[in-house]
Amino acid sequence: MRARRAAGVFLILLALCAAPLWAQAPAANGAQDAARIAAKLSQLEQQAADAHSAGDNAWMLVSAALVLMMTGPGLALFYGGLVRKKNVLATMMQSFALMAVVTVVWAVIGYSLCFHAGNPFIGGTGFSFLRGVGPAPNPDYAPTIPQQTFMVYQLMFAIITPGLITGSIAERARFSALMLFMVLWSLVVYSPMAHMVWGAGGLLNSSGGRFPTLDFAGGTVVHITSGVSALVAALYFGKRVGYPKQPMPPHSVVLSFIGASLLWVGWFGFNAGSALAANGLATSAFVATHFAAASATIGWAGAEWIRNGKPSVLGAISGAVAGLVAITPASGFVGPMSALLIGLIAGVGCYLMVATVKARFGYDDSLDAFGVHGAGGTIGAILTGVFATSKVNPVFANGAPVGWMDGNAGQIVNQLVGVAIAWVLAIVGSLVILKIADLVIGVRVTQDEEVEGLDVSQHGEEGYNLEAQ
Amino acid sequence: MTKIEAIIQTSRFESVKDALKEAGIEGMTVSEVRGHGRQKGHTEVYRGREYSMDLLPRTKVELVVADRLVETVVEAILKSARTGKIGDGKIFLSKIDEAIRIRNEERGENAL
Repeated sequence: MRARRAAGVFLILLALCAAPLWAQAPAANGAQDAARIAAKLSQLEQQAADAHSAGDNAWMLVSAALVLMMTGPGLALFYGGLVRKKNVLATMMQSFALMAVVTVVWAVIGYSLCFHAGNPFIGGTGFSFLRGVGPAPNPDYAPTIPQQTFMVYQLMFAIITPGLITGSIAERARFSALMLFMVLWSLVVYSPMAHMVWGAGGLLNSSGGRFPTLDFAGGTVVHITSGVSALVAALYFGKRVGYPKQPMPPHSVVLSFIGASLLWVGWFGFNAGSALAANGLATSAFVATHFAAASATIGWAGAEWIRNGKPSVLGAISGAVAGLVAITPASGFVGPMSALLIGLIAGVGCYLMVATVKARFGYDDSLDAFGVHGAGGTIGAILTGVFATSKVNPVFANGAPVGWMDGNAGQIVNQLVGVAIAWVLAIVGSLVILKIADLVIGVRVTQDEEVEGLDVSQHGEEGYNLEAQ
Repeated sequence: MTKIEAIIQTSRFESVKDALKEAGIEGMTVSEVRGHGRQKGHTEVYRGREYSMDLLPRTKVELVVADRLVETVVEAILKSARTGKIGDGKIFLSKIDEAIRIRNEERGENAL
């Protein structure tokens, strides 16, 4: 009896302990709940922003890798196949060495001169040694990715641009002098041009510059500067021994084919990555890039077919490259149909430059760096002013008309200003640097070295030892 | 002993090799060469520049045989290498002073 009563009391006490649980009503703590919901929303917003950033950053890192691939092995193979067998390694080494040398220059001062605020012509030294360039985004350029990503992406552009110049002076450049030339060129020609077009406060910057030049991925900054510098260099160096009488056909169109294919694929990083985000504009630039390459291939190969009776593989791949060059400044501003047209014009135009104009003037632009990049870049930059439209990219404030297609014919004038500045900077800059490099080291190899071949004379190697066991 | 040097169309090489085997020949040296006789070359075009390729790819077959076998071998080559068109090639015969087998220093016809 006593045990049953004790159990009963125990149960009642237990029930009383549980009472507070039943007493809790939902409406009683409204203020605490609102704060909890606000905190949760804030957390979700941060996660959404992080996911957005993660998508952008992933795309940009891939793009950076694609652009580096364009230099090594894309350009190395493309140019390597076009030279004679005895110069294949030297030609590839020129591209590869830039991957190393330009990186160091970029880290020390190059990035800062391009992208730190300074004056309208050149950046300041605030980012030298990459101080302050870390995981935090730089809202001047790309608000959703780490500035370090932006920096390394732009580095890949700085690497490939001087590499293009090596095409015009192939088979006769002294390696040491070329390295000196490239370091100086990055500082004196590339950095100012990149700053003017893309840098905060740049003279030609499409947002806020005095002469807003539309250059989405580098028609002026990359192709015109390098292409025109290439022409200057070709004229300064003079013709190769035996040119033009001695036949110097490409030793391996196979290598060039592989290189050109890598360039086409890599260019998606070059152009679509210039959207600096994984968004609709990147897609639009991707599509425009591909379409221009396609129509330019048809343009060059078609023109050749008509003129020579056969379409050559070298012509087809050269056409693709010409189209890719021309669409570079336009890629984020024009629609797909305009891209097809731009490609076609560039394909035919660059073919004529290479097949007729070069022969008429008689200069030895060995691998047509000027014919494809200088001419293609100029064509593309001007056509950007024609075909740019706010429907694709409302780059000017308040949906203002962008290119001639929108009714703003004046943009073509701005494009011409950008083109002219690129030409002048390239010509003057290159001449000065060539003279310096020539005085300090001597830019051209001796005639004996040239005839022996650069692989042996500059690097002590042979590209192919196929007879060896 | 006679050296037989035959410069033939590369596309005929397999038949020539079979014919020589049937004729009982046990050794030959084959090399890829470039050259031309009266046949014209062709033109190749790279980036708008024309290059005339007068040296055409050919195959050279070299054999050293005992004098009594020369006519059989020459017949075999002629039959298998001929297409009837210009560019079929040529056969040259020359006298060999001596032949030595490296492995055991055998000399003369025994070395062939």
